Amino acid sequence: MSSSTPLLEYTLHLADDVLILGHRNSEWTGHGPILEQDIALSNIALDLIGQARNFYQYAAGLAGNDSGESIYPAGGGGVVTEDTLAFLRDGWDFRNSLLTEQTNGDWAKTILRQFFFSAFQVDLYEQLAVGRDTTLAAIGAKAYKEALYHLRWSSEWVIRLGDGTDESHQRMKKALEELWKFTGELYIPAPYERWAAEAEIGPDLSQLRVRWKERVKEVFDEAGLTYPVTEWMQTGGKEGRHTEQLGYVLAEMQFLQRAYPGCEW
Amino acid sequence: MENKHDNTTVSVQEIRALLKEVNDPEVPVLSVLDLGIVRDIRIDGGTVEVIITPTYSGCPAMDMIRTEIKAVLELHGYKDARITTVLSPAWTTEWMSQEGKDKLRAYGIAPPTPLQQVCHTKLFHREEAIQCPHCHSYHTSLISEFGSTACKALYRCEDCKEPFDYFKCH
Repeated sequence: MSSSTPLLEYTLHLADDVLILGHRNSEWTGHGPILEQDIALSNIALDLIGQARNFYQYAAGLAGNDSGESIYPAGGGGVVTEDTLAFLRDGWDFRNSLLTEQTNGDWAKTILRQFFFSAFQVDLYEQLAVGRDTTLAAIGAKAYKEALYHLRWSSEWVIRLGDGTDESHQRMKKALEELWKFTGELYIPAPYERWAAEAEIGPDLSQLRVRWKERVKEVFDEAGLTYPVTEWMQTGGKEGRHTEQLGYVLAEMQFLQRAYPGCEW
Repeated sequence: MENKHDNTTVSVQEIRALLKEVNDPEVPVLSVLDLGIVRDIRIDGGTVEVIITPTYSGCPAMDMIRTEIKAVLELHGYKDARITTVLSPAWTTEWMSQEGKDKLRAYGIAPPTPLQQVCHTKLFHREEAIQCPHCHSYHTSLISEFGSTACKALYRCEDCKEPFDYFKCH
């Protein structure tokens, strides 16, 4: 039986983050406040899920290295694929940060969640792109440009809503109260992230945190929002201890493959 | 040896000519060569390998493009052609051919502007002088950063009032 390796865990974490956030964003498809922004969020979802596929394909190759049984779920023929990793793992196997699985709430909450994540993702991917793992570097370099575009779009929306009407400001404040406690986890390294930093594959998260704070403060200043002083942060997602929200995502996302194994369009 | 080399050269050109007929299903006026996603053509004995790279990570047209390249090659007798996808170096609109840009404009999509002037990610920064593909005015404004596909944004011409797609600089 092949066991997991830190590289595989790290790759799955990178994949899970963008799959879960991508899936959350895709829930807006057909429900956006106006057509153009419905399309915007659907396109962002598409980018994120595309990034997830690249990571999962790499992870599937790593998981299937062994000739024996893998600890990861396999599909027909006993092969671990990008699809089996996405559709057949259970909640406790997912390594995404808690931020990405939180409910969409209203437009303000969705925007703020995307902004927090993009502000993290651009620096993470910029560092991955110069890391020692060539596959992760290639995925990072490609997705970096996409993340930058998402960051600009979401930053502008945070400003527009924060500095907009009384109602939009209140909604942004409420979103901030709901999401803030999930932002710290992005920078508290799980064991595989510590390993990745030591192996010079991924970044040192404590250094990234400084940059994130600058990015967020800059936008909050423009938006008339106060950078929270709260120190306590909820953690656990990156090690498989999730909020109840992940279950709802998986229930919908995995339903078809669970009910009709191996089903194809 | 000399002879074999010649054959190889001819074959690569032949493959290129065939790829000219494979169009992007989302932007059907562009061939995969115009788009700049064909990175290499390799011929090893009788086997053809076409190396392609996606525009955006999540571009849903990639599977279709792979299938179409394979189909066109098969139709012309290249039975076991391999289509390999690579991510690095990451695709950029700089790789789009001039011919491709001209075709886009004629089709009603504003082509990407050159990379060195744009692709700024500063807040509220907008690419300047996106030219209307219909009346050629530069008096245009952004409607949405995202359009009908991942590679496009939506603009409006303030002179002729027509909305149009802009193939984003990337």
